[in-house]
This record gives sequence, C-alpha cells and structure tokens, in this order.
Amino acid sequence: MNFINEAKSLVKVNIRDYGMYIALIVIMLTFSIMTDGLFMSSRNISNLLDSAGYIAVLAVGMTLVIVIRHIDLSVGFAAGFLGAITAILLTQMGLPIYLTIPIILLLGIVVGMFNGVLVASIGIPSFVATLAGMLIFRGALLQVTEKTGTIIIKDDQFNAIGNGFIPSIMQINGLHLLSLLVGLVGILLYIYSEISTRRNKLTYDFDVVSKEIFIVKLVMVSAIIAYITWILAGYNGFSWTVVIMLLVVVVYHFLTTKTVLGRHIYAVGSNPEAAHLSGINVKKITYIVFGSMGMLAALSGILFTSRLQSATTTAGTLFELDAIAAAYVGGVSSAGGVGKVTGAIIGAIVMASLSSGMNLLGVGISYQYMIRGGVLAGAVIFDVITRKQRG
Amino acid sequence: MSEYILEMKEISKEFSGFKALADVNFKVGKGEIHCLIGENGAGKSTLMKVLSGVYPYGTYQGDIVFEGNIQQFNKINDSVKAGIAIIYQELALFPDLTVYENIFAGNEVKHGPFIDWNQTIVQAKKMLQKVKLNVTPETLVKDLSVGKQQLVEIAKALTKDVKLLILDEPTAALNEDDSENLLEVLGELKKQGISCIMISHKLKEVISISDKATVLRDGRTICTLDASKDEVSESVIIKNMVGREINDIYPKRTNKSFGEKVLEVTNWSAYNVQLGRNVVKDVNLHVKKGEIIGIAGLMGSGRTELALSIFGNPKAYKVQGNLKVNGVPKTIKHPREAIKAGIAYVTEDRKGDGLFLIQDIKSNVSASNMTGISTNGIINHNEEVKVATSYKKSLNIKASSLEQVVGNLSGGNQQKVSIGKWLFASPQILILDEPTRGIDVGAKFEIYTIMNKLISEGMSIIMISSELGEVLGMSDRVYVMAEGEVKGELSIDEANQENIMQLATQ
Repeated sequence: MNFINEAKSLVKVNIRDYGMYIALIVIMLTFSIMTDGLFMSSRNISNLLDSAGYIAVLAVGMTLVIVIRHIDLSVGFAAGFLGAITAILLTQMGLPIYLTIPIILLLGIVVGMFNGVLVASIGIPSFVATLAGMLIFRGALLQVTEKTGTIIIKDDQFNAIGNGFIPSIMQINGLHLLSLLVGLVGILLYIYSEISTRRNKLTYDFDVVSKEIFIVKLVMVSAIIAYITWILAGYNGFSWTVVIMLLVVVVYHFLTTKTVLGRHIYAVGSNPEAAHLSGINVKKITYIVFGSMGMLAALSGILFTSRLQSATTTAGTLFELDAIAAAYVGGVSSAGGVGKVTGAIIGAIVMASLSSGMNLLGVGISYQYMIRGGVLAGAVIFDVITRKQRG
Repeated sequence: MSEYILEMKEISKEFSGFKALADVNFKVGKGEIHCLIGENGAGKSTLMKVLSGVYPYGTYQGDIVFEGNIQQFNKINDSVKAGIAIIYQELALFPDLTVYENIFAGNEVKHGPFIDWNQTIVQAKKMLQKVKLNVTPETLVKDLSVGKQQLVEIAKALTKDVKLLILDEPTAALNEDDSENLLEVLGELKKQGISCIMISHKLKEVISISDKATVLRDGRTICTLDASKDEVSESVIIKNMVGREINDIYPKRTNKSFGEKVLEVTNWSAYNVQLGRNVVKDVNLHVKKGEIIGIAGLMGSGRTELALSIFGNPKAYKVQGNLKVNGVPKTIKHPREAIKAGIAYVTEDRKGDGLFLIQDIKSNVSASNMTGISTNGIINHNEEVKVATSYKKSLNIKASSLEQVVGNLSGGNQQKVSIGKWLFASPQILILDEPTRGIDVGAKFEIYTIMNKLISEGMSIIMISSELGEVLGMSDRVYVMAEGEVKGELSIDEANQENIMQLATQ
C-alpha cells in the first residue's frame, strides 16, 4: 500500500514533467490501433525520428532562448542559408566534409552571437531583431542559390548524415547488431548513473525514493530504451540523425542540469534583476544562449540539406515556428525560467508523430494543420492549468 | 451646509487582522490647504485610498461626508464624479502623448461621436493658464520636467470640476524652484475655492503653506493643528509624529568593540539619468568592523539608491566619489565585483529583485556563490543540498523541504532565504535594506538575533530602515538621509526619535 501511495504522490508532484510523455504514449497508441500497428513498425518509427531531427535540434536551442524570455525567429532561414553555404563549400569549393561542418557550425555561432549583441547590448526586442534576421537570411538564401537554383550534393559521406545508418557489424535474425549493442550500452550506462546517484545521495544521508519505486523506474526506463532499440534494429538500426539528436540532448541536458552555466541561464530567465544583483552577467548569458541557438540552427541546416541531398531555394521555411511549437509542447514557459531540453525533444517527436500518423491515415493537409494547432493550444492550456494548481 | 467640504468620521480599516486605521477623524474646510503628516506606515495612504474609493464602501467602517452628504464610493470613478481628484507621486500621464491629449485623456471633448481636437486645444490652453504652466499644448509630456508634469496632472484634474485636490508628496521629486512654483499654484487654486489635502514630509513646506495640519500615527489621528492659532510648528509636529512606544524586542549585544574601517565612501554622488537629478548627493559614510550602522530616513530619501550605487551600480547611475574597502580604493562596476570585494546587498524588494520566486530554496541559496558548490563549472548537487540544509537550520527557515518553491514561503521565511543567499557568498559587509518589512514580530526577532550573531563573527552591517525603533534598537551609529544627502550622523547615545525625524524631514 505504501508503494502505491508513494507512486501516487510522485505522479502528482511531477505531473507537469510526465504530462508530455503520457501525451506521446497516448498519441502513439492511438495511431498504432488506427493503423493496425503500421505506425509502430520499424520503418515508420525510423523515418519519423529522422524527419523530426532537424526540428528537434532547433527546439533544444529555442527552449533555452525562451527560458531567458526571448525568441529567435531567424533560425529557420538561418538554417536554410547555412545549409546552402554547406552545399556551396562542398560542391563548388570542393572542401572536404570534415572542414565544412566545423566552418558552418562556427558561422552559426557568429550569426547567433550577432543576434545576442543586438538584443542584449543594443536593447532591440528579440522579436524584432530576429525578424529582421529572418528577412535578411531569406534574401541571402535566394541570393546564393539564384544562379544555380537547387544545388545537388553528390558527397556520399555528407548525405549519410541525413539518410545513412550506423554500420551493422552483422545481422542477427534480421536485427542490426551494432544498434542492439548501442542500446544495451545505453541501458547499462543509465542503470549505472542512477545507482551511483542514489548511492551518492545515501552517503550524504539525503532522502531517496523507496527501493521498490527505484527498481520499477529502472525497469520501466530500460524497457523503453530496449523497445525503441529493438524497433530500430528491425529496420536499418540507428540512423546518424538519431545519433546526432541523442548527442545534442545528452550534451545540453548535462549543460542545463549539471553546470553553473545552466543554472545561470535559468536564474536569468526566472528573474533578470535578481540575477544581475546576484552577480550574474546577464549579457554574457544572453550572448551564449543566442550563440548556441545559432550553432544549432547551423546543425539543423546541415541535417536538412543532407536529408534532401541538396540545398533548395526554400529550405528552412517555417522551421522557426515548428521549433517554437515543439518547445511549447515540450513544456517551456514564456514567462521565463521554466523548460527542459528533454521536453523540447519530446515536443518535437510529438509533432512529428502527429504528422506521420495522420499521413498514414491519409488525413488531408488542411486538417493536419488544424489538429497540430489544436495540440499546441492544448499543451499550453495544460501547462497554464497545472501551474495555477501548483502556485 | 457646514463649513467643511469633507468630514471623515470614525474611519476604521482592517487588513486581515491588522488595524491600519482606527477611528480616524479628519475634517477639511472649504478653500483650505490641509496637510496630512505621519511616518511611513502611519496610515496616510490608506486614509486617502478610503476617501478616493480604491477601498470601496463597505470595506471600512465610518462615514465619509463630502459637501454635506454621506458618500458611498464603490470605485474611483465615483469619487472623481463627486469632485475629488488624487495626484499620486507616480504620475499617471502618458509620456508619449501631447500635453493637451493628456489633459483630456478619459474625458475627451467630443463633437458627436468624434473628438473635437481644436476645441480640446483651446480648452487645454485655458487649463494651462490656471495652473500657470507656460508651455504649448502640443509639447510631449516626456519633454517636460517632473515639476511641469505635475502641473499637467493638476490641469487634468481641473477639467473634471475638482473641488478637493489630494496631492501625495508632490514636492518629493522636485527641485526648489519647481516646489515653490507648485505651492504658489496651490495658493492660487485656493483663491478659486478649491480645497486641497497635501501629504508631505517636508515640514518647512507644511509650515509655509498649510492652514491646518493633521498628524497621523499608527492609524490614529493624533492632533489637528491650526495655523491661524499659530499651532503649526516643527517641534510640535515632530513630537506628535514620533511619540510611538518602542517595545524592547531588540536582543542586546554584550561585546561592542569595533575594528578598522571596512568600508568608506567619500564625496559619493549618483546621478539618475532618467530622472535627470542626483539621487545621492555628496555622501560621506563609513562602517567599522563589527559595527551595525543604521541609515534612517523616509522613503525616497536616497537610501536604496546609495546602497545600489555602492553595490556595483546595477541601475547604471552616473556615480562620482571614492570608495575604499579595507582602506584600499576600489572601483566596482558590477554586482559581481562587489561580491568579490566582500559586499552583499539584501534588497528591499525581495520579491521583485531579491529572489527567484519560481525556483526552490536550494537554488536560491546558492545563486550568488555558484563557485562554492561547483568544480570547473560542474555543480555538485549533493554539496548544494548540504549547504542549503545548513542555512535552513542555522537561519531556522520553515519549509517542508529544500525543494519547496520560494514563492510559496511566508514573508519572514523568504527574507531568511534572501539573507541565507548572501551569507553563502561569505561577505564582510552586509547591506540590509528594510530587513524586516512586511514580516511578523517573531520573525523580526529572529532576524535581529541573526544580525547580532553575524556581528559577533566579525561581519559589519549597514541597515537601511524606515522603522525608527529598529534603527534605535539595533544600530551602533545612525546616519539620517533626506533628499539624497546625509543630513546628520548621530552616535547611538545621542540619537532619539525626535532628532532623527527632525533631520529626516528637512
């Protein structure tokens, strides 16, 4: 009985964090039933994750921008433009891929920092500053693709980023071995880190959840990782896009939860005046957050260009709004100071699942937009209501 | 019809058990300038809010008789209709609109459904003449000085057939010329039969202008003085203002020995660019090791501005003067540098700029000293919990857990978190700005005890406070500020309520 009570209170306290996971599971189950299991097929899930990749990385950066009470509308066309530059460097300049990618990421940081300076030092509202950036990058994208039109990339290595999969050492019963291994390592790392955190807390004599709850949690999360791995291994295994997405999440999750920098970002978001009076350099934090946004925009551009195997004149259109929607579905709050990186990824996957599921069901594009709009509004309504209950 | 335009009879007003006003009687005669005087928190503003309908009829006891009739104001508009206008210290003008648009805002001159702008301008000119303001109606309000803006506000009130004008510390932000001009205008309006209630802390002004003066203290009417009988004098007013009993709730320190000067500012001035005036003027002040100095003064006397200008100047004033920490000259340009120099500042407005209300206790405690719980920029969460636990214990913060969100704590506990946050930065000099505002007596006592403990550990404290009892009960030396200047420095032996209030109302 104790066990159930503890579980109940945990769910109650963390309802806001669990909400979107529950929503994601409900959406996936619904589509699975409606499509006779087609939705959860290896092939579909693999495609779904790949198509979510370039929005998901943007959503991670956007979450931090919204946490510090700003917005960045320029990222869509910045991604498109930087993608086009990638194509030009690779095809027309003949630069190798291992030089091109760092150059593009660096360019992204510069672009983002520039936004940061406009916002923090000159004091232009971020909405306006980045709206201007959006127009400028749209023009720049047209300018560089004007002569050639679509630039087709023939570099197989580069195209693998958006379309390829990690190599399989061998196939076992039609399953992708390396992916299984990666999944297994992931589970082991997860269990190890949870146990060591728990042990660490116990040495400090802190409260921890009961052993039963702890084990249930370990088994559940491990099972989910195992299930996803198994699904992906049934098709071509982990794609490079998924690997990059996971890397971004791990790095940003670490940055935001374990470092001083992360804490300062949330401090600035929850009360800029108090942050300033606490000795935090608010301007510097703003530069860093916009710089990271720029870098992720560059990464998004690379992923998208690679996926299409070409740079087009309209690449990046509306990416920024999809990223903002994903961030809000993922639980970020426009009042500042609240929002998780993991939430942003889940938000992006929720939105991608909706598109994918509705495509399988043959829902018309007009209805798709309306339903996605409804889900976005619903997510924010849920957020506002749970916050009122807590406050 | 009586000789009074306004009679407030036996007004009482309670806020969740706290009596802000108790049987206040207040009468204003026709064509009279009546000053309302009292310390911060004496009940002046509450009384004016009752009068103007901010607190609607039924939420207070007693009667308001205006022009011979009992009034039941349910909202501000009701009192405006009756002919009462309040002009607050924070002016309610639209800075980007013109003078004539402001004068008739909410009371537009109409021709059918449309605004008649020509007529508006013609009438605005008339109003400006009445208040002796010599500007063209097309001027933008933001281009006027504060003094002139105030006149625009009065002109706005005149368009609504005002019979009783209430001014809340009208001259607090004005220079001398503007103040004089304003008082002259009030005298002029009086001749036209408009009565006026003026809340003011500047006693010279009160003496020069008022026909009558009423002193409030602790929500009660203490006395009404009549200028025609020569009763309005500085000493009488001050005696009536301060007669508050001081309960001995201040824990004593036994060991009083002071060391070297740890902080010293000389010829310290701060110029606020937005306001266009010096908020701190030529201040000389020092604190010794192991000493509590009290900075007394009324609200708006420049105490907080002084503290901010020392603590890394976050409001970007133009600061002049010299600052020494432990005898070494320093230039401090950011709160971060102030923290490094060993200075901490617990703000007056803990909710506004002191705490991260949506974050939990432990994140708040560690916020000003992240290096204390991290190595190479990576946070040791367990260390953080340990630190926060120790402050929760030593400061007796009452909360269910360290994960409790600070916004849900009581005022006293929030203040303790706020102090804990700064103690973790291990400062040498702790500036406390109104450390016990809005918290109950028990928590106050705890905060005083904490202060004494810190002093015994070798810290120095600068305490800014509007509560005279606190200043007299806790400090070793007292500076009194008014209008941005230090008007006097008193040793604790010579300081008393009267001489502090005298300096504060200069």
